[in-house]
Amino acid sequence: MMETPKDQESLDLTTMHMGPSHPAMHGTIHIKVQLAGERIENAEVNIGYLHRGFEKEAEAHCWQQIFPYTDRLNYVSPMLNNVGYAMAVEKLCGVTVPERAQYIRVIVGEIARIADHLTYMAAQTMEMGAFTPYFYVMKGRDWLWDLLEEVSGARLTHSYVRIGGVAWDLSEGFKEKTIEILPRIDQVVVELDKLMTRNRIFLDRMQDIAVISAEEAISYGWTGPCLRGSGVDYDVRKAHPYLVYDRMDFEIPIGTDGDNMDRYMVRMEEMRQSMRIIRQALDQIEPGPVMIEDRLVVIPQKAATYNTIEDMINHFKLVIDGIRPPRGEVYSYTEAGNGELGFYLVSDGTGRPVKCRVRPPCFMGMAALKQLIEGHMVADVIPTFDTINMIGGECDR
Amino acid sequence: MSAKALERLEQRFAECVLETHDFRGDETAVVDRAAIVDVASWLRDEPDLAFNMLTDMTAVDWLLEGREPRFEVVYQLYSVEQRHRLRIKVQVPEEDPVVDTLTRLYGIADWLEREIWDMYGIRFKGHPNLKRILLYEEFVGHPLRKDYPKEKRQPLVRRPENEIADVLARRGKARPLPQPPPRSAR
Repeated sequence: MMETPKDQESLDLTTMHMGPSHPAMHGTIHIKVQLAGERIENAEVNIGYLHRGFEKEAEAHCWQQIFPYTDRLNYVSPMLNNVGYAMAVEKLCGVTVPERAQYIRVIVGEIARIADHLTYMAAQTMEMGAFTPYFYVMKGRDWLWDLLEEVSGARLTHSYVRIGGVAWDLSEGFKEKTIEILPRIDQVVVELDKLMTRNRIFLDRMQDIAVISAEEAISYGWTGPCLRGSGVDYDVRKAHPYLVYDRMDFEIPIGTDGDNMDRYMVRMEEMRQSMRIIRQALDQIEPGPVMIEDRLVVIPQKAATYNTIEDMINHFKLVIDGIRPPRGEVYSYTEAGNGELGFYLVSDGTGRPVKCRVRPPCFMGMAALKQLIEGHMVADVIPTFDTINMIGGECDR
Repeated sequence: MSAKALERLEQRFAECVLETHDFRGDETAVVDRAAIVDVASWLRDEPDLAFNMLTDMTAVDWLLEGREPRFEVVYQLYSVEQRHRLRIKVQVPEEDPVVDTLTRLYGIADWLEREIWDMYGIRFKGHPNLKRILLYEEFVGHPLRKDYPKEKRQPLVRRPENEIADVLARRGKARPLPQPPPRSAR
């Protein structure tokens, strides 16, 4: 029989590698932990396995050609990235998009936010060993993707938003379909809530695990649901309203303890708030144009391109030379699924950016992960890592 | 963004603020590189400014524009209480690419500074663990510098180039083995 050591000092630390080939590490994270028994004494978090050189690629492309790359940043809510990037270039160019386009951006953005949070819920529960909720939740996400597919033509990589508006108007019957699907999504959330939120096993692994105070979270640059879990009511949609969020009636849920459970509960409530926003936006939206009329920014309609020489030249100049924003630099920020998605753009007046920097919200979460898991059990790494909702495409760019 | 914060900064650090602008409402100050830690700690600790969040930090390479000094390090600051923003920039020359670290002020500065080192080769004096973050340690160069070619490849796993030839040789269909490129070619 093995003797139990008298004190922790006498135990040698065991080094263990989690990831990058680990089912819960999404293939893109490597955590090297040093264990005393099962307790983590020291952790090292390594990222970068999904680095694709987004910024380098962006510098070689026209401003409007960067949209497909933004789809692949946070690939569980590409629509929100599209909106964030479009708003940054619009700020740089100083253009305002038509009201209907703003409403459409809010609607598709909030649909994407629910899909983002549902994906988080699915990953959180599945990686903790609960497979049933995963399928319940993914079913709901598929319905949402059906909606986005109907709008944009693609389920995942939408590239639907354009500089100056959106590519085309909502499809016929979109409003009715959305109104029909929302109660079903609500039902999915209720089911998930019933399955997980008061589940003893779930609570034991979530409550009081990986606590972070508001000051520390701010120091780590946390934003979004993770920061709100620590009790800070910072949401870009409320603090600095953009698009038409100031006309919407919704609430910002905040946590109290800053533990795993709070980060989970904040997202749970945010899905319900997003559904409120979608319903209001669908009620308020009025017919109108979905693109600005500016030959320097917007590519002409196909019929005009093929039939008039002016529009042909216009099209050619925009495709080859690109939009030419004035010289200058802007930092534009929107609330994406994981928090403040910022774009810092520098223009030298040509058709290609000098600098196109993304501020990835989950990068900040990953930076604090070391501090969160140290002192906890090795099994706590999984739920803690999940609550940060690291999305490889965004974190590594 | 906050015009008030920029005004206060210009009063307090009159000799260190080299340039300011507020293009599209983004208040920006270029400050002296040597003063960045003083400026950042003052901005963070002054109660009515309270820039307690380093939202983002990045660098810009002005090589192709021929601007001197070549690099700029850009800090985006935000105050969660006051709900205002300020952008601080420092200029960094190519021959001495060093800036003082902000890791003692902001937790996130650790990783953000590592990323700038990784991508631009700008070092941060006093950083506790300045190593690459997105790329691997064996990588040569700093890819977001404008003189790094976009198409350049540096595969980490260099497979022996003679695998196929080996198979052929075993079947009696020998071919001259292609030589792996010299290591210095990386």
